[in-house]
Amino acid sequence: MKRILSHSARRAVAPSLRTPRSLAVCVQRSYSTHAPNAKLNVPIDYSTTSLLAHEPQTALSSAELPPKVRDGTTRKMNLFQAINDALSTALGQDPSVLVFGEDVAFGGVFRCTMSLADTYGANRVFNTPLTEQGIMGFAIGAAAEGMRPVAEIQFADYVYPAFDQLVNEAAKYRYREGSCGRSAGGLTVRMPCGSVGHGALYHSQSPESLFTHIPGLRVIIPRSPLQAKGLLLSAIRSNDPCVFMEPKILYRAAVEQVPTSPYTLPLSKAEILREGKDVTVISYGQPLYMCMSAIEKVEEELGISVELIDLRTIYPWDKETVYASVRKTGRCLVVHEAMVNAGTGAEVAAAIQEDPDTFLRLEAPVARVAGWSIPTPLMFEKFNIPDVARIYDNIKKVLEY
Amino acid sequence: MTSLSTSSRLSQEPNANHVSFPGAVKSAFTHKLKYETSEDYPALPTYRVVDQQGVVVDESFEPDLTDAEVVKLYKDMVFISILDLIMFDAQRQGRLSFYMVSAGEEALSVGSASVLAPEDVIFCQYREQGVFKQRGFTTADFVNQLFANRKDPGKGRNMPVHYGSKELNIHTISSPLATQLPQASGAAYALKMQRLNDASLPPRVVAAYFGEGAASEGDFHAALNMAATRSCPVIFICRNNGYAISTPTLDQYRGDGIASRGIGYGIDTVRVDGNDFWAVREATKRARAMALENGGRPVLIEAMTYRVSHHSTSDDSFAYRARVEVEDWKRRDNPITRLRKWMEVRGIWDDAKEKTCREETRAEILRAFREAEAEKKPPIRAMFEDVYEELTPDLRNQMTQLREHLEKYPNEYDWSEYEDGKDSLKP
Ligand SMILES: Cc1ncc(C[n+]2csc(CCOP(=O)(O)OP(=O)(O)O)c2C)c(N)n1
Ligand SMILES: [Mg+2]
Repeated sequence: MKRILSHSARRAVAPSLRTPRSLAVCVQRSYSTHAPNAKLNVPIDYSTTSLLAHEPQTALSSAELPPKVRDGTTRKMNLFQAINDALSTALGQDPSVLVFGEDVAFGGVFRCTMSLADTYGANRVFNTPLTEQGIMGFAIGAAAEGMRPVAEIQFADYVYPAFDQLVNEAAKYRYREGSCGRSAGGLTVRMPCGSVGHGALYHSQSPESLFTHIPGLRVIIPRSPLQAKGLLLSAIRSNDPCVFMEPKILYRAAVEQVPTSPYTLPLSKAEILREGKDVTVISYGQPLYMCMSAIEKVEEELGISVELIDLRTIYPWDKETVYASVRKTGRCLVVHEAMVNAGTGAEVAAAIQEDPDTFLRLEAPVARVAGWSIPTPLMFEKFNIPDVARIYDNIKKVLEY
Repeated sequence: MTSLSTSSRLSQEPNANHVSFPGAVKSAFTHKLKYETSEDYPALPTYRVVDQQGVVVDESFEPDLTDAEVVKLYKDMVFISILDLIMFDAQRQGRLSFYMVSAGEEALSVGSASVLAPEDVIFCQYREQGVFKQRGFTTADFVNQLFANRKDPGKGRNMPVHYGSKELNIHTISSPLATQLPQASGAAYALKMQRLNDASLPPRVVAAYFGEGAASEGDFHAALNMAATRSCPVIFICRNNGYAISTPTLDQYRGDGIASRGIGYGIDTVRVDGNDFWAVREATKRARAMALENGGRPVLIEAMTYRVSHHSTSDDSFAYRARVEVEDWKRRDNPITRLRKWMEVRGIWDDAKEKTCREETRAEILRAFREAEAEKKPPIRAMFEDVYEELTPDLRNQMTQLREHLEKYPNEYDWSEYEDGKDSLKP
């Protein structure tokens, strides 16, 4: 019977034309309805936002791309397709790359690994038993012996059984080996994170700051398909263990033109998405779209200009870009979905006020807009995570201080 | 029996034919070098009482229930299967954010729960609505949780199907897999200690349900080992339904199923036909007695079944298994049909009764559905409560910030469906 089961499973995967809904949590429909007269908290229009490259030319004009890629072509992709493209590129270019995790063989519950098992074979792309600690330890061992494993944790909310392996092993491998020379640097661990409207306690979490507290790990959160492809390829090629967190609401929602050639984007390098002189807004991942909406409203109303920075790598993070911006604007706001207490906002705010040149330019305390200090409750999500109105309000407060 | 002295009493006799190492004391010496393989052993048998046609195959079997009691449990199974159909559709219509059905596994949950005592303590995974129903969860209890309304004891915080009940002694379901298993061992130890301290308490066991996929988690192994070493009165009930989302058992484990793990941990184990209501009942009844013998011990039941449905409303299982595989199963074996056939042979059930039962159940669920859907949501304040026993100064401050924000931007939010609107955020 077992043979029949796996045979049929394989057969069902083959014609991957059909696009099944993602499993476990459907991300397409948001149950947080917006208020009828809302002007700020209206759904993000991903088809027009300036954060996504809607035209090939926009995608190819990025100064971060090498000339060969800029001369190439693009293809429209959503976030899961861009991740798939990066994984496929890595598997194709480097025989030491492995891709595995729960339900990865049939394409993954969010379709990120679709058809990779067919293309690259079951030895390199495979299902694991349902054990996150096993997945992580296995990946670390493979990395320490020279492979480049890309392990998938089905939801960031389920990474905790793997915490010991990540914190005590992956992060400290090189340190304890010293001149023995081994490391878990080949490791990349991918996990979907963030809210989707109805994920409740265990399908909504953004645990990045648990990892940013751990020296040895690089923590990366992409904002878009184009970014994800380049950052994921960098993470896979990086000789440091990388935690790559994917805002799962963007898997389908964020669609843009993505260069078809392989390319990398720099780790630990922030990006200025919009230049401005009056306030700096710092964020990463999905809230950047909220920030952009809020900024457009404030700028239109007050005739000021706001600088928007995407941290991209949350640790080790690009302090210089942030300092330079805040020295210019003197006012700053950090936005993230995760709980405000001991979050990324705390780290960024503290660093800003510790840097003498930046501190002296501050005109207002650094503000944080983040999730409250609670778990992620089903029915109250729209009152919990930062929305456009809260970001808008805080930009104004920082300005009026 | 203190384990402290055990190893110091052991010593290797010069001509002994058994080892006396501290870690193994009953092992005979052999001069044949042979690795054991699981193929050398026949698979553990699967206990059944009634076959797929509802025919009793165990001659010695005597039902221990009155006809009325059987009918009640049958109706419990029918209830959850109808609830599942209605709620699955409701999710498809966008009236519910999420749902999980237990189609094909009704005998397992209802049958096992039916021999536990009301004061026993239960931990579920998520596909055991039959346990809730059998223990007395009302139709309103189900739908209030599913619609996360103000009557949901989870206060609108949890995803649908994450039920819990204080009165019924069922801990609230948690999504992270297998975490409930070591907790079940600890809870069983608590029951054991409490009875040692107070002999007037009734003997109680813990029953913990989980899937064969969850059994791959470290927590499963930790749970069995701890329960075995501390002799905890806990019944581990594995629903082996062939899949963990898309992952078939061949990718999940090797060896003789989950049952073989129990034996490895020194835990008495049985494999049963999970679609056979009577077999599940008999096995669990025996397990409960064993779990309470001689101060307590763990027992493992591996109930074999098949996940007829998609994993959840977010899954399309035909992306990884063939439609005919599912259709074959449905035709070949259905736990509800099996018990129904048994009841018909006994002369206590017929088509007319079946029709009435289904119509009444459906009507009752739809009535409760409409009421629950129309109920207000819990107060917004509930999002800040129960993080700590008392609201902390930080949380009070955040609650005030939120209220002031809502008051400043009334057009940006719709709080009308929440009990007391934004006013619940007042200190
Ligand atoms: C720790 C953890 N990892 C992953 C998941 C995602 N997940 C939810 S259900 C499931 C499959 C569980 O399969 P099984 O235990 O066999 O139960 P079944 O669904 O078959 O009843 C997975 C992987 C989770 N909930 N918790
Ligand atoms: Mg299963």
